[in-house]
Amino acid sequence: MAGIIEKIPMLRAGSKKDRGSKTSSSITLRVYRSNSANGNSYRYDTFDVPIQRWTTVLDALLYAKAYEDNSIAIRYSCRMASCGSCGMKINGRPRLACYTNVAELESPVITCQPLTNFSLIRDLVTDFSEFFRHHKSIKPFIINQNADLMTSEEVSEFIQSPRDVDEYLQFSYCIKCGLCYSACPTVATDVRFLGPQALAQAYRYYADTRDNGSREDMKNIDDKHGIWRCHFAGSCSNVCPKGVDPALGIQLLRRHLTSFSKHDKKIAEMKHHSQVT
Amino acid sequence: MLQERQIMRIHYITGLAALFVVAVHILMRLIVPYHTSLQFSNVIANYHNFSYAVLLESILVLLAIHGFNGLRVILLELRQKSSWENGVTIFTIVAMIAIIAFGTRTIIVANGLGVG
Amino acid sequence: MWASGRKKSFNATATDRSNHEGLKGWLNPARYGWERVAYWLQRLTGLFLLIYFIGHIYETSSLTGGESAWNAMLQFTETPWGHLFLVLVIGTSTYHSINGIRLIFAETGTGLGRPGRPDYPYDALSLNYKQKSGIWVALILAAVAMVYGGNVLFGGG
Repeated sequence: MAGIIEKIPMLRAGSKKDRGSKTSSSITLRVYRSNSANGNSYRYDTFDVPIQRWTTVLDALLYAKAYEDNSIAIRYSCRMASCGSCGMKINGRPRLACYTNVAELESPVITCQPLTNFSLIRDLVTDFSEFFRHHKSIKPFIINQNADLMTSEEVSEFIQSPRDVDEYLQFSYCIKCGLCYSACPTVATDVRFLGPQALAQAYRYYADTRDNGSREDMKNIDDKHGIWRCHFAGSCSNVCPKGVDPALGIQLLRRHLTSFSKHDKKIAEMKHHSQVT
Repeated sequence: MLQERQIMRIHYITGLAALFVVAVHILMRLIVPYHTSLQFSNVIANYHNFSYAVLLESILVLLAIHGFNGLRVILLELRQKSSWENGVTIFTIVAMIAIIAFGTRTIIVANGLGVG
Repeated sequence: MWASGRKKSFNATATDRSNHEGLKGWLNPARYGWERVAYWLQRLTGLFLLIYFIGHIYETSSLTGGESAWNAMLQFTETPWGHLFLVLVIGTSTYHSINGIRLIFAETGTGLGRPGRPDYPYDALSLNYKQKSGIWVALILAAVAMVYGGNVLFGGG
């Protein structure tokens, strides 16, 4: 935090409005304005927004929406990098608006654009249908034919060791914010590519010992628009705000598919892992 | 048709193998002074060496597969209409075969040529 | 999420590319770190080498036309511009090979680390210096190879 506080004077020095004035710091916020219902035309609206050391880009946008132009369309919810709603391009890079402090951008001008590689709805709001469709296609849930709790008499719970959990835990932190999808160079041109989020989630369920290996066919992953169109550009991991590291998940899944891994998928054996209650 | 994972395995293997054979090919140009090595008689003498001719043929095949598969990957990512994808696959396979055939012709003819 | 409140005028189809970055996404390697630059260079060098490969197969086919045809080809290629082009080929092939080896390791999950429990500042495990240094090695060796190749081609060595 000390580093961010020190950056405020730098912004103050760069702000034309603030020179010689007694007002607090301010930045110039440029917001992309467009409405898909009116075609592809767009413009940038500019707002002067006062900031404090704790001001995030989302705060600045909400200030502009409250006091300058209440027609700005923004999607947000938790304001604490937990829901993934406020993803947008800020100064050219996909970020979460609530998680980006104005000072860390080190610029008196902040440009907010909608996430690329998503269809535009309005202003900073994009359509996540394609993204969720890709996510659903990899079956993002535990599949275990032995886990019929209604009929099995011996079942009580799955037991996982901490080591088992560590194999997939970081990939479960995904908040589906779409920043990785926006940053990916393959998604930029290939609409059939599953995207880093879906592929990382495929690995998350593959590596989970509770899943019983029924994903072995993975037809939509082992496909010419599947995992093989990832080229480890690393942009997804570079922008991920939660440390999911989708690139790691994708390469680990690829290791399995190229059969370079000797680690066989552990099959969750209910009788071995469970305790009788 | 090959599965995509088999194609990618081939892509990795041809890339690695091509690295070794191309290194030998380049070194052949350096065992005598470079400009001398490019004289017609010296080049033909290389082609007369059966092992070297086999080396050249292997470079041709490995690089044609690796290169055109790479081009196929790039083109597949550009557009996703099925007509485009089928066209790209056919084009890269035909181009691969054509370049291998053309290069093989050179190797065979040069192997049969006398010096000078 | 987009159930009943959706207006009919909005229609995002699976092939709606209006906000996709397109080729610009490939061609601009900035802002995302060394791995994105390496990806961009790998693509460019690959395409360049493919074009060179096709040209090289064509130029060596002049052997079949006898010594005069071969010498005519040499007159065209053994020029300062031809040598400069060859130096570029040497550099691009060195970079493409070494970065390709780095990618083979990375894409089989080697050298990327084990998944664990991420903590602030949530740096990505896979973007570590072990595999990143492969990019720098590739660039440095490409430069060295270009210098050596230039010395051979221009220095008569």
